[in-house]
Amino acid sequence: MARITLDNLAHSYNRHPKDESDFALKPMTLTWRDGGAYALLGSSGCGKTTLLNIISGLVRPSRGRVLFGDRDVTDLPTAVRDIAQVFQFPVVYDTMTVRQNLAFPLKNRGVPADEIARRVEGVARMIGMEETLDRRARGLTADAKQKISLGRGMVRHDVNAILFDEPLTVIDPHMKWELRTQLKALHREFGHTMIYVTHDQTEALTFADEVVVMSEGRVVQAGTPQSLFDKPEHTFVGYFIGSPGMNLLEAEVDGATARVAGATVPLAAPYRLKPGRVQIGVRPDAARLSGGTEGVPFRLERVEDVGHHRILRGRVGDQVFNLLQDEGVPIPEGASRVTLDPARIGVFVDDWRVEPLERAA
Amino acid sequence: MEKPVNNRAWFLVLPVLVLVAFSAVIPLMTVVNYSVQDTFGNNEFFWNGIGWFKEVLESDRVHAALGRQLLFSAIILAIEIPLGIFIALNMPRRGFWASLCLVLMALPLLIPWNVVGTIWQVFGRVDIGLLGHTLAAIGIDYNYVNDPVDAWATIIVMDVWHWTSLVALLCYAGLQSIPDAYYQAARIDQASRWGVFRFIELPKMSGVLLIAVLLRFMDSFMIYTEPFVVTGGGPGNATTFLSIDLVKMAIGQFDLGPAAAFSLIYFLVILLISWVFYTVMTAQREVP
Amino acid sequence: MAAARDGRGWGPAIVMTIYLLFLLVPIYWLVNMSFKTNAEITGAVSLWPMNPTLDNYRVILTDPSWYMGYVNSLTYVVMNTVISLAVALPAAYAFSRYRFLGDRHLFFWLLTNRMAPPAVFALPFFQLYSAVGLFDTHVAVALAHCLFNVPLAVWILEGFMSGVPREIDETAYVDGYSFPRFFVRIFMPLIASGIGVAAFFCFMFSWVELLLSRTLTSVNAKPIAATMTRTVSASGLDWGVLAAAGVLTIVPGALVIWFVRNYIAKGFGLGRV
Repeated sequence: MARITLDNLAHSYNRHPKDESDFALKPMTLTWRDGGAYALLGSSGCGKTTLLNIISGLVRPSRGRVLFGDRDVTDLPTAVRDIAQVFQFPVVYDTMTVRQNLAFPLKNRGVPADEIARRVEGVARMIGMEETLDRRARGLTADAKQKISLGRGMVRHDVNAILFDEPLTVIDPHMKWELRTQLKALHREFGHTMIYVTHDQTEALTFADEVVVMSEGRVVQAGTPQSLFDKPEHTFVGYFIGSPGMNLLEAEVDGATARVAGATVPLAAPYRLKPGRVQIGVRPDAARLSGGTEGVPFRLERVEDVGHHRILRGRVGDQVFNLLQDEGVPIPEGASRVTLDPARIGVFVDDWRVEPLERAA
Repeated sequence: MEKPVNNRAWFLVLPVLVLVAFSAVIPLMTVVNYSVQDTFGNNEFFWNGIGWFKEVLESDRVHAALGRQLLFSAIILAIEIPLGIFIALNMPRRGFWASLCLVLMALPLLIPWNVVGTIWQVFGRVDIGLLGHTLAAIGIDYNYVNDPVDAWATIIVMDVWHWTSLVALLCYAGLQSIPDAYYQAARIDQASRWGVFRFIELPKMSGVLLIAVLLRFMDSFMIYTEPFVVTGGGPGNATTFLSIDLVKMAIGQFDLGPAAAFSLIYFLVILLISWVFYTVMTAQREVP
Repeated sequence: MAAARDGRGWGPAIVMTIYLLFLLVPIYWLVNMSFKTNAEITGAVSLWPMNPTLDNYRVILTDPSWYMGYVNSLTYVVMNTVISLAVALPAAYAFSRYRFLGDRHLFFWLLTNRMAPPAVFALPFFQLYSAVGLFDTHVAVALAHCLFNVPLAVWILEGFMSGVPREIDETAYVDGYSFPRFFVRIFMPLIASGIGVAAFFCFMFSWVELLLSRTLTSVNAKPIAATMTRTVSASGLDWGVLAAAGVLTIVPGALVIWFVRNYIAKGFGLGRV
């Protein structure tokens, strides 16, 4: 096991990339702590699978290095990297039994037979497949097959990391929850580094200690679920995490106030901004409807009930704006403004978060 | 999902039924008719029971032809199936080279069978053919007209030339359907090249391989035109396979009764062996 | 070469080169001969024509008894392809969508016809078609070839049709489509590649078959392949013309392959992989 470092990494599927848009992965430097449970989150086509395949060695990066511990493995083939990977669609060897499937990676590495038998039994117990060990893998259900794929990764004690590429896509919803819980348990028990690729924020936030958010081939933020929620570094993170996502409003910021849609919004601290497109972002639960003359003008369009909360959907000017209210809170008659909690307003210039002056200094 | 029962579907099948009845059942009835009758000419027939069948089943000539036929089919299956798989594994996966290989490989399949025969008849001749000439030039005594072994070798090479591409293209279609993730998983599991073939590629090809074996068996068992053009069944009877023998008997000698009985036995043998292949190969796939 | 780029080294490229050479050299030899005079052919073996001539082709393209052979062959091949598809399409639909009395037996019986040796049928066919007055017509050959092409077409089409979800049929009926209109307007476009593949196989097996087509014709519908064999035996050894005729029989097949090249791989999976 080892720490994994991506040093100045970039990748293009084009052999002679001309400009930045040819790169599936923009240059990045990233470290994955040994034994961490990570989620790699982003929408389809943002480069997460490419990044995963670079770590496992299925793809060789066009630039930069991959380090396991202090060892440069950029040019080493997959087989010697000691990586386990579980793919989106279950990969099992159809003609083998479950037992042979689980034993296959060990047999290929020349592990003695009694050792193989012991470990296969152990893994079968972990994934709950002791009963079906001697069944042919063909004809098992999708989630059983996916458990076998997972088991083939877990059976090796020497793995540097286990990579999951949207492994629960083909699994029934209730099985998803169970498998994810099992994964967490396995992580706690064995402490393998796990990297879990998904486009589903719930999956990412429940599985991972640390979430890496990607957008358009770039890592936009890496942090705990809480920090992603409270302090998104990029408008994409704000919008992508949370349901509904962060509200983003075009604004002009001057010192400690912002002007939005003709109204003045106080900020918690003064800012000095570089020129660019300025937006303020606020989470839906950090805004309140108000009947008075305070706050920014808001037009309510729709109310949705979601269990303990209500989502109030509407617009500020022509920009979408959502509020989250506890169920009991009444909606004032003729409410036409919203007030924003100054402490929870973020300021973004050209999509990137800007720190206020005090803290920056 | 279970298909609904609907007997009106018979109306959709009716045209096929009528057509195939016309082109298969009526001729087959004629054959059955001949097989149990004898004639002294003048369109006068009389009942002969199973006499012709007995004669055919006991005939040394038919036994010999059947033996040659079985040997021929066994040899070409033993060559074409592994070679076809090997070629399919070596074909480029995509792009221009893949298209080019596909087109060139399909070429022999679309040449009329007698032209296939002609090509090899010419190619193997010592006086005007490249193959015969080259063999003679390097001192190998090769003459497919007089030497039974050379005749067999020529016909087998010709059949391999003609049909291996069919096996290869079927296997290629099977290989193309394997998702990349299987190969990636195999690399991660440190599988050897043999392991990838044995546990991923071969199982995924088993469906098309069944089709390939059946088609190649059936068609090789019926082979007529190509050897007829190249050797005419000779030298002697060395390359007289079942179909050549049958045509000799039916049209050459006009022995209608024995030829008809021969036809029915021939057909049954093909059905039987095809059924055995099918059962054995599917049973192997379905073992729990 | 591409093979080298996907990280498999030069091995595959070498294997494929050898195999393609094995396939192409005999064909090249025929082409080579077709551009030579008989004197040159029988004189000495040379890898290319020393005095290239088009005379052999001129003989074929100016003599009706030669070129009508091509017309005849193409006529019955096209007729057979059309007939085979026309009857196989509804039948394949029935097999892929419904269960009905005797369906499995019928399907198996159809396939057994693909296993019937043409030699078995040659003589009865001759008598049958003579009896109904169809001997030496294109229709006779087209119908005879249905013996093995219809079962194959039903089999291929059934495979492709089973890949189309049944919900599509049901939606169309709910939308008020009649069966014929649904079949032609909605269903057939969905299995277009399957129809193309089936047509390719029908064309192929009808074009290459000689035993039945020769038995059922004498003059008016005689296929080119039969013209070749007879002319050879009659005139002795006119190798140049024979080679040219052979080369010309390869051309239609090569053209068909070129047009369907992008579907070949899928087609050979017969819709079942």
